[in-house]
Amino acid sequence: MSGFNKIINSYEDAMDGLVDGMTIISGGFGLCGIPENLIKEIKRKGTKDLTVASNNCGTDKHGLGLLLSDHQVKKVIASYVGENALFEKQMMSGEIEVDLTPQGTLAEKMRAGGAGIPAFYTPAGYGTPVGDGKEVREFNGRKYILEEALQGDFSIAKAWKADSHGNLIFRRTARNFNPMAITAGKISVVEVEEIVEVGDLDPDQIHLPGIYVDRLIKGTFEKNIEQRTVRNT
Amino acid sequence: MALTREQLAQRVAQEFKDGYYINLGIGIPTLAANYIPKGIDVVLQSENGILGMGPFPRDEEVDADIINAGKQTVTLIEGASVFSSADSFAMIRGGHVDLTILGAFEVDCQGNIASYMIPGKLIKGMGGAMDLVSGAENIIVTMTHASKDGVSKLLSNCTLPLTGKECIKRVLTDLALLDIEGGRFILRERAPGVSVDEIVKLTAGELEVTGDVPEMIFEI
Repeated sequence: MSGFNKIINSYEDAMDGLVDGMTIISGGFGLCGIPENLIKEIKRKGTKDLTVASNNCGTDKHGLGLLLSDHQVKKVIASYVGENALFEKQMMSGEIEVDLTPQGTLAEKMRAGGAGIPAFYTPAGYGTPVGDGKEVREFNGRKYILEEALQGDFSIAKAWKADSHGNLIFRRTARNFNPMAITAGKISVVEVEEIVEVGDLDPDQIHLPGIYVDRLIKGTFEKNIEQRTVRNT
Repeated sequence: MALTREQLAQRVAQEFKDGYYINLGIGIPTLAANYIPKGIDVVLQSENGILGMGPFPRDEEVDADIINAGKQTVTLIEGASVFSSADSFAMIRGGHVDLTILGAFEVDCQGNIASYMIPGKLIKGMGGAMDLVSGAENIIVTMTHASKDGVSKLLSNCTLPLTGKECIKRVLTDLALLDIEGGRFILRERAPGVSVDEIVKLTAGELEVTGDVPEMIFEI
């Protein structure tokens, strides 16, 4: 009867089972569409030696940056260090290991991880440090490197709306890496702004089917903005 | 005079054609959205998942769920679509985007580009740049021609870690518009008031200059 009810009522239960040394795959781009409350719960738990795969690491004060400031992270797989000074500092000092990965490659590594594809060839990074040590193969006169899929012990993500079975709808650019991240975790935890009854979502409008979602929690979100940019006219 | 950031944006926007899907990188390329030539329609792609990116929002329109690749708040135009990062890079890698404009620290006359890190000094990360340069046929790099100390950034061989290998065919600097063909830069246009000699002096890689090189034209 309730075997498909994915709803979890506390953040503590949502991240139950996360232990030191695990790999977490996170959705989000900058501070947009990040699972902000799940990250805060990981900070509260104080889990250490984590490997985190995410496009970037938020800022010094928000998002995954919170885990860097508490030295909970051993390794980061990301495409962009940019706006996070603490991330850049810990990377330069060698405190954390960073696997800089092209953004499209990272998205595809997550997608492949959830889709049973162990590796794929991509042109991105051929002839650059990213391609060092990776298999190169030529197709139709162009060179490609072999990139392996990514899977996590946990994935953490944010969606806009869900039904209790975990069917998800994302909103605007808060979708970003979230759908692929969810599919790539052994245990996927998704926080949403609204949970509706099963049957209230139009099947044609669902962005990610609930089969990929293990735990679902309704949260309230700060939705911090990194670069609030407006026009006057 | 070297071009200002706005003039660089204005000149690069002259390369836009009606019906183009265009990806604009962070910085000067993004400014080019302000100079879309009159009478043409283009659709801007933002690699975090937008086709049909609009201008910055008015204060009351700001929506934390709508940002561009530079994490700035933006709007969606009528007819826009949004999608995941995997879909976004599928269209980029798959060669569906008509024009890509991005910045660089260095380019060389082999068409190599370096734009994501300076070892020991600065690590920004490549973001989507490696996917963009490997997937796009039509790329324009916008950059300054030389450092403030007069050190050329248009080289025989890039000195910094590469973002992409043999993929750049056109460069717009604050001094010149150049193509890259057959292992050399070819000077196509000069910034108004900048002499060929000045450009030759500040170009470290092999440079071909043929005939009279026209000045760039800016409509006021």
